[in-house]
Amino acid sequence: MPVDTKLSASHLNFCYKRDGKTTQVLSDVNLIVGEGEFLCIVGPSGCGKSTLLSTFAGFLSPNSGEVRIDGGVVSGPDPRRILVFQEPGVFPWLTVEGNIEFGLFRKPRAERQRRIAHYIELVGLKGFEKAYPAELSGGMKQRLEVARALAVNPDILLLDEPFGALDSITRLTMRRELLRIWREERNTVIFVTHDIDEAVQLADRVAVMSGRPTNIQQTFLIDIEHPRDISAPRYLELRNAILEELGIAHYV
Amino acid sequence: MNSFAKTRKWEEVLWPVLASALFLTLWHYSVAWTATKVFPSPLAVEKGLAELARKGLLWAYIGDSLRRVALGFGAAAVLGIPIGLTLGWYPAVNQVVNPVLEMLRPISPIAWIPVAILMFGVGDVTPVFLIFLAAFFPIVVACVSGVSSVPSIFRRAGRNFGLTAPQLLARVVFPASLPSIIVGLRLALGIAWMVVVAAEMVAVDSGLGYLVIDARNSGKRYDLVVAGMLTIGIIGLALDLCFRRLRNLESVRWGFRDDS
Repeated sequence: MPVDTKLSASHLNFCYKRDGKTTQVLSDVNLIVGEGEFLCIVGPSGCGKSTLLSTFAGFLSPNSGEVRIDGGVVSGPDPRRILVFQEPGVFPWLTVEGNIEFGLFRKPRAERQRRIAHYIELVGLKGFEKAYPAELSGGMKQRLEVARALAVNPDILLLDEPFGALDSITRLTMRRELLRIWREERNTVIFVTHDIDEAVQLADRVAVMSGRPTNIQQTFLIDIEHPRDISAPRYLELRNAILEELGIAHYV
Repeated sequence: MNSFAKTRKWEEVLWPVLASALFLTLWHYSVAWTATKVFPSPLAVEKGLAELARKGLLWAYIGDSLRRVALGFGAAAVLGIPIGLTLGWYPAVNQVVNPVLEMLRPISPIAWIPVAILMFGVGDVTPVFLIFLAAFFPIVVACVSGVSSVPSIFRRAGRNFGLTAPQLLARVVFPASLPSIIVGLRLALGIAWMVVVAAEMVAVDSGLGYLVIDARNSGKRYDLVVAGMLTIGIIGLALDLCFRRLRNLESVRWGFRDDS
């Protein structure tokens, strides 16, 4: 099935300079993400997954190479692609409504109201419109952050280990919620995780990154229909293939 | 917070009242037993206060002192908050200005009295200026530290949603540093109230500071001196309590969760 290219990264190189020492993080990263695709990026901890996502979002500019979205070169942050972090970046001084409304300041009032209502409903925060983040659980805060991001109707949602700080039960629920939301909204999702199971459960395609300096080592097409049976042979096969690609043994 | 350590409503009133009563009792008997002729008893102070109130001086002096604090503190807040936010926002500017600020900051406003009188003469402007100086630096420092401790994740989110620099300052940086700013304002107000008393002792002929020094100079009325001191203390407490209530505003409460 041919899909339009939403994002393409070509020959990305990125180095950090600290105390006069240069550390290469990204080394010739090449990646193409299709319109409406759900791509997971996995890789060893500290390899540069977050750095890669930051270059996609426009917060970091690569030393060489370029990121193009819809053909245009990314040169800075833009509300058309919203980055969601692991630690909730919801604003503690605003209510749930206020947070969702945050990015909608250029929209007319009626449209703002409509979107607030829609996304509160979508992420299951109905009844908490006037609550402050301090009154919400970790999972609710993360859902609020996703709602705030979706409310501006971004083409691309960049998620940096969004469920990393949640407990394992909440994490499972959040995955299901995210898939449901993604099916309704059909944004392109790029999801960074260190959890291989999470990647295989969610993604259309999984990109495996190497250790630092990192590049895309291999991509795996996850050809299983949703809802996915996590004990199906194909699931285990793909999961093991990714583990193998990462060089991690099957046994603890 | 430990819910077991939470005091009940009536306890919050009872203990301070008991402590004050104990203090007054101790004071009373200390004066009675030592048979001092100089230091007044609480009853004498109470009579002194009543006398001041009867003459209409008490409220007039309180009004004058409060007015000077309001003007000086208000000016310090109006100037200090934007300056502090700007310095916090542009670390490069802060690096340039910081040495000057840090040098001026430890100079007690009292030390400025001669210069202030030279510049503004005897009158209301001098104490207002001194209060301004006293309140300005803590406010600026609180704003700078407030801004620089705004988590980068909030700034990034703001930029991601397409905010321009002024919008980012108004909608992210300011609300995120508001709890620190309130702490700074509260500190500044406490200092301002101390300074007004000192300033009124030299530069003007009204206000609570003037009351204290005047009662001593004209007739050694120590009952009035202590009456003035007590009034200063009570108003200082009242100002602080008002300010503490600000922390309960919904939009800043998140910043004060861990203290009592």
